[in-house]
Amino acid sequence: MGYETIIGLEVHVELLTKSKVFCGCSTEFGGDVNTHCCPVCLGMPGVLPVTNKKAVEYAIKAALALNCEIAEYSKFDRKNYFYPDLPKAYQISQYDMPLARKGYIEIEIDGKIKRIGINRLHLEEDAGKLIHEEGKNYSLVDLNRTGVPLIEIVSEPDLRSPEEAWLYLNKLKTILQYIEVSDCKMEEGSLRCDVNISLRPLGSEKFGKKVEIKNLGSFKAVKRALEYEEKRQRELLEQGYEIVQETRRWDEARGITTSMRSKEEAHDYRYFPDPDLVPMVIDRKWVEEIKKTLPELPDEKKKRYIKDFGLPEYDASVITSNKALARFYEECVKLYHDPKTVSNWVMSELLGLLNEKGMEIEEIIFKPEDLIKMLKLIDNGTISGKIAKDVFKVMFETGKDPELIVKEKGLVQITDEEELRKIAQKVINENQKSVEDYKSGKEKAFGFLVGQLMKETKGKANPQLANKVLKELLS
Amino acid sequence: MKLYELTIHEANQLLKEGEISSKDLILSIIERIKQVEGKIKAYVTLNEEEAIKNSEEIDKQKDFSNPLSGIPVAVKDNICTYNLRTTCSSKILENFIPPYDATVVKKLKVCNAVIIGKTNMDEFAMGSSTENSAFFPTRNPWDLERVPGGSSGGSAAAVAAGECIYALGSDTGGSIRQPANYCGVVGLKPTYGRVSRYGLVAYASSLDQIGPITKDVTDCAIILNYICGWDEKDSTSANVPEEDFTKSLVEDVRGLKIGIPKEYIDEGIEEDVKSAVFDAAKLFEDLGAKCEEISLPHTEYALWAYYIIAPAEASSNLARYDGIRYGVRAKNYDDLIDLYKKTRSEGFGAEVKRRIMLGTYALSAGYYDAYYLKAQKVRTLVKRDFDKAFEKYDLILSPTAPSAAFKIGEMVDDPLKMYMSDVCTIPVNMAGLPAISIPAGFSNNLPIGIQLIGKAFDEKTILRAAYTFEKAVALEKRKPQLD
Repeated sequence: MGYETIIGLEVHVELLTKSKVFCGCSTEFGGDVNTHCCPVCLGMPGVLPVTNKKAVEYAIKAALALNCEIAEYSKFDRKNYFYPDLPKAYQISQYDMPLARKGYIEIEIDGKIKRIGINRLHLEEDAGKLIHEEGKNYSLVDLNRTGVPLIEIVSEPDLRSPEEAWLYLNKLKTILQYIEVSDCKMEEGSLRCDVNISLRPLGSEKFGKKVEIKNLGSFKAVKRALEYEEKRQRELLEQGYEIVQETRRWDEARGITTSMRSKEEAHDYRYFPDPDLVPMVIDRKWVEEIKKTLPELPDEKKKRYIKDFGLPEYDASVITSNKALARFYEECVKLYHDPKTVSNWVMSELLGLLNEKGMEIEEIIFKPEDLIKMLKLIDNGTISGKIAKDVFKVMFETGKDPELIVKEKGLVQITDEEELRKIAQKVINENQKSVEDYKSGKEKAFGFLVGQLMKETKGKANPQLANKVLKELLS
Repeated sequence: MKLYELTIHEANQLLKEGEISSKDLILSIIERIKQVEGKIKAYVTLNEEEAIKNSEEIDKQKDFSNPLSGIPVAVKDNICTYNLRTTCSSKILENFIPPYDATVVKKLKVCNAVIIGKTNMDEFAMGSSTENSAFFPTRNPWDLERVPGGSSGGSAAAVAAGECIYALGSDTGGSIRQPANYCGVVGLKPTYGRVSRYGLVAYASSLDQIGPITKDVTDCAIILNYICGWDEKDSTSANVPEEDFTKSLVEDVRGLKIGIPKEYIDEGIEEDVKSAVFDAAKLFEDLGAKCEEISLPHTEYALWAYYIIAPAEASSNLARYDGIRYGVRAKNYDDLIDLYKKTRSEGFGAEVKRRIMLGTYALSAGYYDAYYLKAQKVRTLVKRDFDKAFEKYDLILSPTAPSAAFKIGEMVDDPLKMYMSDVCTIPVNMAGLPAISIPAGFSNNLPIGIQLIGKAFDEKTILRAAYTFEKAVALEKRKPQLD
């Protein structure tokens, strides 16, 4: 019997506000422990929360970018549980009246667009961090992160494979980075993801027992954990076992999930409306104003690249998947007549080098103008496309003006026919066997001779001219 | 002249005229505390040295234009005071020294008020007798065998015994008005949102409100002027126009329509208390007001709904006392859960534990709708009763408590009976309304009071009627005999 995989994701994203969601403390990452704290976020007796309007604005912005409906009336609730990283022993969150509902994200799978529903988006506060020192019988608490604004984005159970989950996460991250409400750095914890996965017999309407997986440190981990869990559940079902509804933990090193707690052990969070905060009534006009600040989102941008720049869908997807990359690309295109040529260089050389060096586009030291200058050097015959790749590499590494690089390294193309003829003659003299082969009809030998000529000129020979001169001498 | 017997306005007059200094006043209070505190036990922490230093500085400035300047105030021990221990009369906060002032304290300090000490209370404001203090019970200055009421029993007793000129209390279900009633002083619970709760250690956030306990109505109006106002640190504080409450201190109740809810003068109310209410009604009529019997039909459910909502909020508000960051931590524990269990078992008293358990239960999965949600609906009905009454009436007159002060120990084993002592005051908190308790006579040599309830943010009408009553009622000029 075949099974269908059902996946839903809960993503927590830290918002990029300067101050915390219910007090004025800094949200900056990486300060000395317990330095970004005040009586309010420390949960001292008698203190009260006050909602940061910027956090609400960012949450609304995110909700709009994810096509959600913004609730005119929503409220904050207390989620009660004891843990040392939670100073008040409750987290201020939103329970039954979230800020936004009913959104969606579109992903592309097997060349088709698939819409993944977003059930809800709500605003809440982050908890602190526990520091467990090796070999010590105590743990330390750092409350710098306590009260940093988070949005929780809960997908519908619309995802059908680990691949779809991975695509959804990437798309979500791209959108949130585009609208600049979060930096979505999973390694710094500003994006966190829990997943729910269940299997059901193909054709069945009823959902199977679901398993929640926690401790996922990267998108890759999400995918791997889901693949593992999908396989584990399928094998159990095939052997006639039932799936236990539980929370499992991803063990990155061993590549497996292990049981954390069962449904029976699940917390009763005793949610109730936070009496310290008044309900949020969101003014429509404000929502409209926020909507106006939304930039062009990746999907629109991609469509425009295809339509206006004539890019292949793949190129457009790749370039628009990163806002900074798209910005770099567009600045180049403004300075150059052929967007596709720019795209080729960005897609192959630029992304290739970034990937190789493990760098982000934000870290490059040359400017769009430099790339265009280089393209123009190709266009006016100063350098060949092949040489340009070397120039690009130097430019990438040093940030130097391409014209200067060409000059310093003596890379100017040899376009002097007489000079090339001399070199070609030398190549013919030294490779008599190939010459004979060519003359006896072996076309391949010509390629070898061109190669030898290029070697002799260190690649600087104008390719068309080199061909022409060789042909003439051989005929 | 016994300076400790002065009211705020009397003391301010003498200070302005240069007849006395702030230090004279403080020293008189300290002397009085030395005399009687051993009997009353109103204070958890005294701030004498600091108070003397403050008064000396204020005397140097010689500026008594602010009526609170240089005058000693006692602050209930659930209101945070910078660098001055704030225990909520609980073992779990026995060592807690706040690094911040509550907004009301900040406001009083701006007025150059002098904090003389922190007053005893029922632990975390849960109780009606101050017997639930983890440290010691406070005694009623009128009869040391009796309770001062609660939870602001220390504040009310300190005012009545002359151990301060005035005090701040907090009122969640009657905790200012009921002890004021038992101690023969004036206590005002302002409208919910009138006074910032920032720095008031929360018991039940949707019901808590800080207010004054004073020797007369005039002092009440003066203090309200200086502690009220919108606070950016309290989202539930109301942004209403400023007003001068001392302007309401006029002897005039002509044309006022006063309702007397029959549910508040029911069988549970002692005869002397009922008589005090009827006598007050007659007096108001004589002065030109119109008094009529009204009905607030959901009154009987208010108390029980309160004992769902307040404990529910408390169970969450008090969860932070876990021994991790501040306060007292159990000495021996095996692991994290054990640390929580032992700290909270050792740190909280019986009544606090009872309410935490009640509240936890009421919010639990499967019980929420039956308890918490239903109680909220009752609360809405209670509020509607008042709304309807206030369509026709300007004020509501009732007893403050069913009886005069009861004996220490009399009710400790019967929490339900103890809860009944707040039956007249709780509905007011449920509806978020302002109300005052003012002395109205004596029952077996113990003071009893009446309660005046007003419309939301209409403290001025309450103060006007209370002031008129205070001037007109021919009360015996008695003081507690403590010497």
